[in-house]
Amino acid sequence: MTEPLLRVDALEVEFLTRSGRVHAVRGISFDMAPGQALGLVGESGCGKSVTSQAIMGLVQLPGRITAGDVRWKGKSLIGPEADAYRQDVCGRDIAMVFQDPMTSLDPLFTVGDQIGEVLVRHLGLSPAAARIRAIELLDRVHIREPEKRVDQYPHEFSGGMRQRVLIAMALASEPDLLIADEPTTALDVTVQAGILDLLAELQRDLSLAVLMITHDLGVVARLCQDVAVMYAGEIVEDGPAERMLHRPAHPYTAGLVSATPTLALTRHRLRTIDGQPPDLRRPRGPCSFRPRCANAVAACAEAPALEARSEGAGRLACYNPIAQKANGAIPAADAAPRLGREEAPLVEVRNLSVHYPIGRRGLFAKREILKAVDGVSFDIWPGETLGLVGESGSGKTTTGRAILRAVPPTAGSIKFDGQEITSLGREPLRRLRRDMQIIFQDPYSSLNPRMTVQDIVAEPLIVHGIETNPDRLRERVARLLELVGLPADAAERHPHAFSGGQRQRVGIARALTLEPRFIIADEPVSALDVSIRAQVVNLMQDLQAQLGLTYLFIAHDLAVVRHIADRVAIMKAGQIIEIGPVDEVYANPMEDYTRALLDAVPEIGDPPARAAGG
Amino acid sequence: MSWYIFNRLWQGVIVVLSVVVVVFVLTRLIGDPVRVMLPLEATPEQRALFEAQLGLDRPILEQFVTYVRDVAVLDFGESLWQRRPVIEIIAERAPATVLLSVVAIAFAVLMAVPLGVVAALRPEGLVDRIVVVISLLGLSIPQFWLGLLFIVFFSLMLGWLPTSGAGGIDHLILPALTLALPAMTRMVMVVRSTMIDQLNAQYVKVLRAKGMRPWRVVAVHALRNSAVPILTIAGWEFIRIVSGYTVVVETVFAWPGLGLTAIQAIERQDLILLQAIVFVTSIAVVVINIGLDILYKAIDPRIEIGSQ
Repeated sequence: MTEPLLRVDALEVEFLTRSGRVHAVRGISFDMAPGQALGLVGESGCGKSVTSQAIMGLVQLPGRITAGDVRWKGKSLIGPEADAYRQDVCGRDIAMVFQDPMTSLDPLFTVGDQIGEVLVRHLGLSPAAARIRAIELLDRVHIREPEKRVDQYPHEFSGGMRQRVLIAMALASEPDLLIADEPTTALDVTVQAGILDLLAELQRDLSLAVLMITHDLGVVARLCQDVAVMYAGEIVEDGPAERMLHRPAHPYTAGLVSATPTLALTRHRLRTIDGQPPDLRRPRGPCSFRPRCANAVAACAEAPALEARSEGAGRLACYNPIAQKANGAIPAADAAPRLGREEAPLVEVRNLSVHYPIGRRGLFAKREILKAVDGVSFDIWPGETLGLVGESGSGKTTTGRAILRAVPPTAGSIKFDGQEITSLGREPLRRLRRDMQIIFQDPYSSLNPRMTVQDIVAEPLIVHGIETNPDRLRERVARLLELVGLPADAAERHPHAFSGGQRQRVGIARALTLEPRFIIADEPVSALDVSIRAQVVNLMQDLQAQLGLTYLFIAHDLAVVRHIADRVAIMKAGQIIEIGPVDEVYANPMEDYTRALLDAVPEIGDPPARAAGG
Repeated sequence: MSWYIFNRLWQGVIVVLSVVVVVFVLTRLIGDPVRVMLPLEATPEQRALFEAQLGLDRPILEQFVTYVRDVAVLDFGESLWQRRPVIEIIAERAPATVLLSVVAIAFAVLMAVPLGVVAALRPEGLVDRIVVVISLLGLSIPQFWLGLLFIVFFSLMLGWLPTSGAGGIDHLILPALTLALPAMTRMVMVVRSTMIDQLNAQYVKVLRAKGMRPWRVVAVHALRNSAVPILTIAGWEFIRIVSGYTVVVETVFAWPGLGLTAIQAIERQDLILLQAIVFVTSIAVVVINIGLDILYKAIDPRIEIGSQ
């Protein structure tokens, strides 16, 4: 048998923290062959990134590798005696691309210098030769005018272009393995599609092995031939992508697949994985997925080993695997979109514009104007959800904030319940805000860490002078927490005691405190993991049905919008270019841009990379 | 010349003009300069004569115009104490202060940067703890007392260095160190915290993943990214040395610079000389700041207000 390119063998990584020893990676093993594209999939905290850092020798205190081995072409990369070999291999034979292209480049050096230093260090090129090679590499990753771009600084590149530069940098030393750690997560969907295409092309043309670390099954489907799913520091299942995505055997894999929203289904309830990931401070014992598993049996009290499947390729760690594929989604009670109402719209926006001055370019030059929102018109009827979709900088968030009057509109009219609100004074605006609330994207920074959940949720009632009696406040908060599915004892705790999904529930409870009619949800699930995202989307749908809420759902994720919205508006460069019922827009987009957006969404159902490669 | 530098120069000119006005107004607000400068037993005739010499008997606007015109050609009048043009005294004494300040800030930077970087490499490590303790000590020791300690220890007990006065390099060492140490202790904390931030930045992780040698990651990439905050604090310390601490330290060591001269001018109630020293020092501060702004731009390509 030939030695694999990379072998990770029973690797364990721990982090010593104040609250205890966190077992981040708990004995994982896998091999990679030359030219193989493997997707390492899991939700945040499952240990997938730590695994990649361990391979690269990047685990730093307080983290350390406590057991196991990483072997490159048969020789170990772990331990002080492997220092010299590791320094030779890492960065040269194994290169890495990271998640956030905006901060991954040193801002003070030209991109040419940063690519060049790899060539000087690993291939011994002279600086002049390195610059020429850097131009070729920029051209290889399809950056136009590479001769000019090579001498530019990172801030002169967009996010997607920076990621291309980082890929060029990783390719500079002609590596055999490229580790890509969530390389497209921070990028817009069309930019993401470009980067994925580039990676697929490079993998094919250079017979490069790619270890793709991601939470997004759609990304895996586009790029990888094989998939390994991690949960709580362990691999629970691996095998060919085709099988893993369409006939998953492990209940967790199956849960991930069915919790991932798809473009094909409208207003369906997403399947969720109930509960929360386990505490990684606990030592190994029972199967770590058992508390969330519907298939759990008595044997699960002891952790199953990852063993070769009885049939087909790949490995599985489960005593009671799923026999057949679960349905992607459950039809909602009222699957039909609620359209064609006779009443008057709740929100009417006409020719709304928000312009910002962005400084002058010279002493006598005119002030430049950024047209964040540029003549936008739409209606939202009571009880419906309008999805507002666009890429970053399209003006979708500014539109939402203008309706709340959090930013002053430059021109246009906004009517709420028939009343013009652009000219409202302080007091009427205050009253209006009881009817309009917002849910923010980031559940970590939008809750005051020093306040208890009780105080956070009750605050709007106190601020608006509606309720001050402590007993009645407590009662109302308890009702709200129950409504959003939080335990009653949540009220006394601080936000840091909660996971991202639970914090977002607190944010929703806060928005519901004043019993508003209209809620602007600004990317409410983008920061959440797939299984948690499904829970929050379902919660929002339930609340809408229960309380008759009207939503403006702002998002960049077209699949999520398809699940929750009745109608969708597509924004580009401050304008709405297309608006209509979701079914029509998704099935028959009128605009090329909408079609490009839809095509760019990576989906589980996409043809595997091999076929796409041609 | 870029719009950025032009802008900074222009702001500098405005500051200098404001200094001119403030100095003029202040000297007229702090009371009767004639009474301050002349001995108590001076007769009313002598006072009137002196007032006329200074031009204080003319209308305020005319005084201002004359004053601005004189300042524009660096004519600050004649020192009452030394009976010669003030500009001559300043030209004579300023080089000593410039030399002392430059050597002091150089000492401070050369100590603070390596110490801060080493401390940042291992936060909470042994070197880091020692640096933090030294830095706290340095912050709490008054400068004049530090100077006296140095004199007692290095000059009187060990006899290595002269106690005071100007002369060769040996005369420079103690006053420069006295100025440098407190500045260093403040700077080292900034170097340390900035470097810790930079070493935790994502691009440093990427550099490590590229297999760059550790010294290159630290000395070339992280240090250059730390340069703007380090320069800011160094510039601030330089300004504090030039415009304040030299007064104390030059007095302790009898170093014949502008600081000592300022004290002497105060003792001899020579307002004219003092006013000129304040003015020259303010100009120095403005020049240092403009120099810093130009350096920032040289370090960081993102600093660009407007185009060329």
